[in-house]
Amino acid sequence: MAGFISHKPSFNETFYSSLMDVLDGERIQACLQCGTCSGICPFGYLMDYPPSRMISALRAGYFDKVITNESIWMCVSCYACTESCPARIPLTLGLMTRTKEELLLAGNVPMELQDALQNTARYGNPLGESPRKRALWTRGIEPPIRILSQVNHPVDVLWFVGDYASFHPRVQLTSRALAKVLNALGVDFGILGHEENSDGDSQRLAGERGLFELLAEKNSRLFQKYQFNEIVTGDPHAYNAFKNEYPKLDITYPVSHYTQYLASRLQILKPLLKNKVSMRVAYHDPCFLGRANGIYDEPRSLLEAIPGLELVEMTHSKDNSLCCGGGGGGMWLEGFQWEHARARLSEWRVREAVAAGADALVVACPYETPRFEDAVKMVQRASRLTVLDISELLSESMGE
Amino acid sequence: MKIAVPIKLVPDLVEELSIDAGGTSLDYAWMRLKLNELDDHAVEEGLLLKERYGGEVAVIALNDECIDEVLFTASAKGIDRLVKVSGDPPRDINNHSLMQLFVPVLQELQPDLVITGVQAHNDLDGPIGPLLAEGLGYSYVGYVSGIAVEDGSVTVKKEFPGGLIAEMCVKLPAVLGIQAAEHPPRYIAYSKIRQAMKTALIEDCPAAAIQPTPGAVIERMFQPTAGATAEMIEGSPEIVADQLVKLFKELGIF
Repeated sequence: MAGFISHKPSFNETFYSSLMDVLDGERIQACLQCGTCSGICPFGYLMDYPPSRMISALRAGYFDKVITNESIWMCVSCYACTESCPARIPLTLGLMTRTKEELLLAGNVPMELQDALQNTARYGNPLGESPRKRALWTRGIEPPIRILSQVNHPVDVLWFVGDYASFHPRVQLTSRALAKVLNALGVDFGILGHEENSDGDSQRLAGERGLFELLAEKNSRLFQKYQFNEIVTGDPHAYNAFKNEYPKLDITYPVSHYTQYLASRLQILKPLLKNKVSMRVAYHDPCFLGRANGIYDEPRSLLEAIPGLELVEMTHSKDNSLCCGGGGGGMWLEGFQWEHARARLSEWRVREAVAAGADALVVACPYETPRFEDAVKMVQRASRLTVLDISELLSESMGE
Repeated sequence: MKIAVPIKLVPDLVEELSIDAGGTSLDYAWMRLKLNELDDHAVEEGLLLKERYGGEVAVIALNDECIDEVLFTASAKGIDRLVKVSGDPPRDINNHSLMQLFVPVLQELQPDLVITGVQAHNDLDGPIGPLLAEGLGYSYVGYVSGIAVEDGSVTVKKEFPGGLIAEMCVKLPAVLGIQAAEHPPRYIAYSKIRQAMKTALIEDCPAAAIQPTPGAVIERMFQPTAGATAEMIEGSPEIVADQLVKLFKELGIF
C-alpha cells in the first residue's frame, strides 16, 4: 500500500520482544546498566557478554553478535543475577535462558551438552542409562518400595525420584536414606520406576525448550494414569519444574521438596531421631531450592532437630549462596567449564566449608553430593570434610 | 547432485542383550534399536555436501517402529527426501537381504552418489556398502572421511590402518562407506524435530521380494561367559595395594 514502508523485524527486535513473554519481562527496559548482575555472576568475569553487556548489545541492536559467542554456556542458571538485580529483571528465566535457546536452535551447542540432551530424548535421562534400570536402586529395601505400575491402589505420595537419585551410584545412597525415613514415618508412597522421565528443568535452562515440553507431556500422562494426593521430590530442579514450569503447560499438581515435606512433619519425625550425630555441619543452599524458590528454613529446621548436630553458616549463605556449578546444563558442561575457567565452583564452596570449620558439607540436591565429593579431592585441607545429604543425616540419627 | 544415504538401525547396547528361545538370534521382541553411528555420520556428510555443492539428499531406511523419529530428525537437519521401504522386514535382517531391498529403491532414485556408514556392529555378513555397489554396478571406496566433488567424479580421503590417508579419485556414480563425517553429526533442537513430525513427508516404497542368500548360518548364539583366568584381589585398599605391588615385582614391572 502506498505510503507504507514494509519492515521485516530484525533478529535483534524479535529476540527483544520475545523477552516480554516472560513474566515481568518488560522490566528489562528498566535496566540501569549498573553491572551488579555481571559482577555477582560466578563466571561473569569469563563471559565476553555477561548479562549487563548482553542487555547493552540488545539495546544497541547487535545481539546477533552475542549469539555467535559461546561464553553464554558458562551460565549455570544460579539466579544470582536475578536475585541481585535492583530493577528486578527476570534475567535467568528470560535473557539467559532465551539466549541459550537461540544458541541451541542455531546448533551452537558444546558436544558434551549435546550428549546429555540426546540421551534425555532417547532414554528419558541425561546419563544415557537404560530406563528399565531406573528402579534398580530400590533392591533390598524393606518394606519394598511400591512401583505404581505394579500396584493397583492409590497412594498418598508420589515420590518423583529423579535422574541422578535413580542412576548415580553415590546419589542412590541418598535415595535409600530417604526411603528409610519415609518408611519410618509410615508414609504411604510409591514411585514411577521405569516409567519415570527426567523432569526436564535443567534441559530447559540449557535452552532445550522443545525437549522440556516433550518430557512434561510424558510425565503428565503418567501423573494422570495414577492416583495420588501430592508429589514429593528430592530434586530441587524437579520441584521447580512441577511448581513453576509445568503449570504453564496446564500440568498442575501439589508438590513439595522432601525437606519441606519432612519439616511439616517434624513433630512426628523428631522422636525418631534418637542417636546423637556429633558433627559440625555447613548447609549448602541449592540454587533451585533457595534463590529460585525461597526455601531456606525447612532444611535448616531438619538439621537443627538432629541431636548433637551443630549447624554453622558459610560465608555465602541463603540468598547469597554459591552455586555448585551444576545448574542450567552445567552438570553436563564440566569439560567446557574447565577449559574456559580452569576453576570449579564446587571447589570454591568446599573451601568455604573448610573455612567454616565444618566436619560435613550438607546438601539437599542430587547434583551436589558427587560434585562436592569430587571437589573435596582437589581442595587442600579438605580431606576430612564429608559430603552428606540431609536425608543421610536423618537416617543416621534414626539408627537401625 | 543427487545423494542417497541408506541407513539402518542396530541394537542399542545400552540395553542388556538377550538371546531368543531358538538360541540363534538376539531377542528382538523388546529390543530398543538406534541409528547405526556411522550411518549418522553418513547423513551428516550428505548434509555437508549439499551445503557445499547444492543438490538433493535422500535418506532411505527400512520400516521399523523406531524409524519415523530417525527420519524426521534427518528432515529437521535438512535432508530433502525421506524414503521408507515398507512391509514388515525382520529386525535381524542381514546385509545381503537388506541390499536386495535397497537396490531397487536406489535404481529408482538414480543418485550420483550413495554414501552409507562403512560398518555397523551387527554386520555378521560384511558391510552393506560393497554389497550395494555390487548390486548397482557402481564403484566402491570404504573408510572415507572427506569428500570433494568435481565434475563427474569425487576425490575422497580414505583412511588406512596406522594413520595413513590416501586421496583417491572416484568416477560417479559411486558408493562410499563413511568412516567419519568432516564434522561430528550436528545437534538439532527437539522443537525442530517436532516441527518436522508435523510437516515432513515420508515416502513409502514397497519392499521387493528377497531371494534366499548364501552365507553363514548361525547355529547357536552364546552369552559371554566369565573366564577363570583373572585373579580377583579382595580386601581393604591397603591389602589390595600390597598385593598389587607384590604382583608387579613378581612380573618384573618394577
